[in-house]
Amino acid sequence: MGSATPVDDETGLIAQLRAGDESAYEQVVRTYGGRLLAVTRRILDAEEDARDVVQDAFLNAFRNVDRFEGNSKLSTWLHRIAVNAALMKLRTRKRKPEQSIETLLPSFLDDGHHEERFRSWEEPVDIAMERAETRQLVRAKIDELPESYRTVLVLRDIEGLDTEETAKMLGLTANAAKIRLHRARQALRTLLAPHLAGPASAKVRETPGGKLS
Amino acid sequence: MRCRELAEFLMDYVSGELPAENREHFELHLTRCRNCREYLVQYEGCVKAGRMACDEQSDELPLDVPEDLVKAVLAARKLDPSS
Repeated sequence: MGSATPVDDETGLIAQLRAGDESAYEQVVRTYGGRLLAVTRRILDAEEDARDVVQDAFLNAFRNVDRFEGNSKLSTWLHRIAVNAALMKLRTRKRKPEQSIETLLPSFLDDGHHEERFRSWEEPVDIAMERAETRQLVRAKIDELPESYRTVLVLRDIEGLDTEETAKMLGLTANAAKIRLHRARQALRTLLAPHLAGPASAKVRETPGGKLS
Repeated sequence: MRCRELAEFLMDYVSGELPAENREHFELHLTRCRNCREYLVQYEGCVKAGRMACDEQSDELPLDVPEDLVKAVLAARKLDPSS
């Protein structure tokens, strides 16, 4: 495993890339490869696909380094290329049948009330997220989402794209993208809640599914 | 408004896109329903948690690159006629 070292002189590194300096290519791959792999793994299920996409992204970047304008950081530029490459892969690949999201969505009683009584989380999310293990847990649960929902959640809530951009990148209508995002967030909540909830109080245990309002 | 409708409107409410009339009903329901208040808190919490967990600037994302991937990229670059 090669580990990353921070790049102090990005401008110098880019000049070396443009000059075709072998050691500069290697430095870029070692510095940014791990992060790009994390990004492509988040979008693609298969490890092999995620790696292929990182490779494609680097080759694409090296070919086009003359077009890198330097008004964004090199890491941001590479990140964007990798996301685009991952989405391209997603579109061209045969879609596997995926697990239904229905079981992860809230269910309701005939009178329209939630079936579940939601237990408060033990601490505010900002505090919980200060711990590396909670951040790790959240990443793992995002990975568990069915692919077509995970992709929308990643683009909207993590990559920060808007509905229109997300819909366009995934070949969906804006409305379909919105519905998927909403379901993905609800599913993520269902997956996270058991881990973040405080201890059940006696009262809650006595009234499962009871009416609340 | 019932809990079921509130759950449907949640995303628009959170993003400030829920029309005023629906928002009134939504908020009225919230004042009366502790379970939906909790659901809203957790829904918003998940959005925030996702963002915080995957922050590119955070140092815990894997920085290590598998060595075979480094080699594969560099080998492919040498063979790439247009780079």
